[in-house]
Amino acid sequence: MGLIEHRFNDNFLTTTVDQFINWARKSSLWPVTFGLACCAIEMMTTGSAHYDLDRMGVIFRASPRQSDLMIVAGTLTWKMAHVLRKIYDQMPEPKYVISMGSCAASGGVFDTYSVVQGVDQVVPVDVYVPGCPPRPEALMYGILKLQEKIEKQRYIRKEP
Amino acid sequence: MSEPHLSQDEEAIVAALKDRLDDLELAVEKTCGQLSLGVDREDIEAVCRVLKEHPATQFDYLADLCGVDYLDRHPKRFQVVYNLYSISRNHRVRIKVELDEGETIDSVAEIWKTANWHERELYDMFGIMVAGHPDLKRILMPEEWEGHPLRKDYPLRGKGQREDFSFIPENDRPPTRKPKVRTKEW
Repeated sequence: MGLIEHRFNDNFLTTTVDQFINWARKSSLWPVTFGLACCAIEMMTTGSAHYDLDRMGVIFRASPRQSDLMIVAGTLTWKMAHVLRKIYDQMPEPKYVISMGSCAASGGVFDTYSVVQGVDQVVPVDVYVPGCPPRPEALMYGILKLQEKIEKQRYIRKEP
Repeated sequence: MSEPHLSQDEEAIVAALKDRLDDLELAVEKTCGQLSLGVDREDIEAVCRVLKEHPATQFDYLADLCGVDYLDRHPKRFQVVYNLYSISRNHRVRIKVELDEGETIDSVAEIWKTANWHERELYDMFGIMVAGHPDLKRILMPEEWEGHPLRKDYPLRGKGQREDFSFIPENDRPPTRKPKVRTKEW
């Protein structure tokens, strides 16, 4: 570090590019609203003033083109799976998926002909939030876990 | 079965039908305190028209139209049930039609607009064809779906359609988990 030691003014920060990219990405996760069932009510509550997702930089967007996170909240039927996949494909990279609730994770109690047994068969899932439905605190914990995951991503650095 | 005891109003409903339609076969019953009429498959449209238009009945509201599958009943496996209500006269009636596999039923969509979607559901869920329906296609299930899920011989977990993800490109499909194995079908 001899080259740059004690050479900068007080308001100067140094970091790695990866860390900077990851910090930017994790601090502005914009989810596309994909409420399918009762879990969506909890998701809306999480975004409301009482729990306030905005303070973590999470702002719901109505368009997949402006989003980098999809929160699949609720029971995914086979008919809706086509739509889910289409919306996922429309999101720009990098994109992340949170599966919210037992129905999204495994089909839940709906082991029937029309219900997809887990959204991970349609889109790749990063974080599973269990519960039926999960409390807003649980969803927030899931988002924090996803932020931790994003922090560890490597773009320029070699894989360890 | 003994002759059911009908109120004055219910007598008037039955009389209106018999008055307008000659040699109508009518099985009059009272179930849970409500008038219930068994009607032949061929007569249903005429019966519904009389019940709507006759001044003594005025059934202007089709409250519900649904199907029932009595799997092991022969020869008439299915039943279609019409629940009618008259807003102006405040009375109700239930009409039941027995049907066998492959038999069609006449549409009442022209009499009550509500019946349009109900009859599509009837076709979608039970595979009962509705003759004279303006646009008979599936309403709940995807159009390419096979089978009619509310039939009692339809398997609860379906016939594998829910595991069919061919709409996702092969190289982009997330790894599929093993299907759940349960020895007992319930």
